[in-house]
Amino acid sequence: MSESFRAALHRYSTYLVVGPFAIVLAFPFFWMLVTMFKTNLDLYNTQNVPYVYNPLRWAFWRSATTEHVAYVFQQTDYPRWIFNTILVGIVVVAITLVFALPAGYALARLSGSWGQMAGIAIFLVYLVPPTLLFLPLAPLVARLGLEDSLASLMLIYPSFTIPFSTWLLMGFFKTIPQELEDASLVDGCSRIGSLVRIVFPISLPGILTVVIFAFSLCVNEFIYAFTFISTSSHRTISAGVPNELIRGDVFFWQSLMAATLIPSVVLALLYNTFLDRFIQGFTGGAFR
Amino acid sequence: MEADASARWSPGGGRWRRTLESRRVLGPALIAPAVVFIVLVVGVPFGWAIYLSLTDAVGGSLHGNWVGLDNFTNAWHDANFRKALENTLIITLASQAIVLVGAAVLSHYLIRDFRGKWFLRFLIILPWAAPVSLAVLGWLWILDSLFSVVNWTLGHGLGLVSTTNPPQWLGRPNLALISVIVVQAWRILPFAVVIFLAGLASIPTEVDDAAKIDGAIGFKKLRYVTFPLQLPIALVALLFGIVFTAADFTVVYVLTQGGPFNSTQVLTTWSFQIGVNSGSLGEGAAISLYLFPLLAAVTIAMLFFARRAQVS
Repeated sequence: MSESFRAALHRYSTYLVVGPFAIVLAFPFFWMLVTMFKTNLDLYNTQNVPYVYNPLRWAFWRSATTEHVAYVFQQTDYPRWIFNTILVGIVVVAITLVFALPAGYALARLSGSWGQMAGIAIFLVYLVPPTLLFLPLAPLVARLGLEDSLASLMLIYPSFTIPFSTWLLMGFFKTIPQELEDASLVDGCSRIGSLVRIVFPISLPGILTVVIFAFSLCVNEFIYAFTFISTSSHRTISAGVPNELIRGDVFFWQSLMAATLIPSVVLALLYNTFLDRFIQGFTGGAFR
Repeated sequence: MEADASARWSPGGGRWRRTLESRRVLGPALIAPAVVFIVLVVGVPFGWAIYLSLTDAVGGSLHGNWVGLDNFTNAWHDANFRKALENTLIITLASQAIVLVGAAVLSHYLIRDFRGKWFLRFLIILPWAAPVSLAVLGWLWILDSLFSVVNWTLGHGLGLVSTTNPPQWLGRPNLALISVIVVQAWRILPFAVVIFLAGLASIPTEVDDAAKIDGAIGFKKLRYVTFPLQLPIALVALLFGIVFTAADFTVVYVLTQGGPFNSTQVLTTWSFQIGVNSGSLGEGAAISLYLFPLLAAVTIAMLFFARRAQVS
């Protein structure tokens, strides 16, 4: 084998493996994209080729429609759910940072040998299934007068964002050289002062990563959002779309797919942007 | 911050300040709020759920009469519970087997630099980034009884299945179980890939160089260098995968609602069915609690192996 052939094989083998994986993994989203612009007559005709916009298949912009996408935004509570989701996400992320920033720092720097055990202890929290917790939590939330309100989610969501964020932050803080802090301590800074003035500013990219992933955990959550909240206008997207956009057995597939695709793509773009930093924090937390 | 600045200028700073400066006090003081919060919102409900599982509490209440282990034995003797337990194990093991193989192969190639990597990586992490309940709606449409694109492609496109009587993916017990396994594997795979990438990235380049000098290339390198170094993180990925799949409620609930005929119930959905829909809070809690020792055992075993693999 010549060198150039070898190099070419190496290069194309990457695409030959990664390509099919990408196609299979992304197919449901491609299918959402195709579906959301279909007309009813086209969608519900089993004789039609589903991959194209019939009947004018080579002029798809004339046989496709945006009316179902517009329907989601104009005739349903969908915009409201997005607003609610973002609101819950922001509040939960803020609460999470207040608790997880100090804890993550302390586990990385101050706690000595049992800091490593704490990493495992944090993980144990994930072993308690939410389906178990919500059985006592549901009446508890009702007693607190929080039922059917976003406040219930804001109270409960930190239960899974704090452990996750503490773990990631611990990883980021370990990558910051101890010397930087020592220097500020020598210069007369207090330990908390050096934390606020030196450590947090340097860790800003890591903190931002935690913000993104904690936020997306909130968007993802289903069972609490589904059981604690019953009024449509109070819902978040993860429970609102499957519960309110399906009426009995009637599925408005184009609208459903539009409502599904949009947040997915936005979140995936965010994930992809912060993925390298996420990987960095993840290995830092687990393996150092 | 103001208080802190003033303390800096007053020499001595007061006893409280100096106490706070010591590592022994500051460490626990910074961790305590998070621990207290977690104990309140996870520990207390967890303890309460254990209490409920030992009572005959009904929906919407927080108390009941003590019944001992009746809920656990009643659940155990129910055929639907057995099926749910069996399904939880099958779905978790089968989907994670697919995930492990897929992630090992895909991460090996995705660690390379190549043109278009950003876009391909975007496509690959879509299933992980998408809210689960919404992503499963996509599958509900793909596997629709009348308009399934899978059936159209297999039938009209490739002629592999009947076009007049296509497979009912969510309407037949075995096919529905396979569908749940596929969706779980699809959803966890990108996450496992990311963890594997983290593992590959943490292998120092010196190891690569040393392996090259020692003549370890191709399969040999994979077998004697990459694989042993990857093992701890592969176990972590597997552990996360098992916990996320076994404790998941959303996929089965949105995709099949446990049907047809309770054939795809898992412990979480069956617990919901009994504890919420039927109102037997105590028995619902007991069913969910069967999951915990299972997950705890898996975790302890995994962490043990991970530690050993890391040392050697």
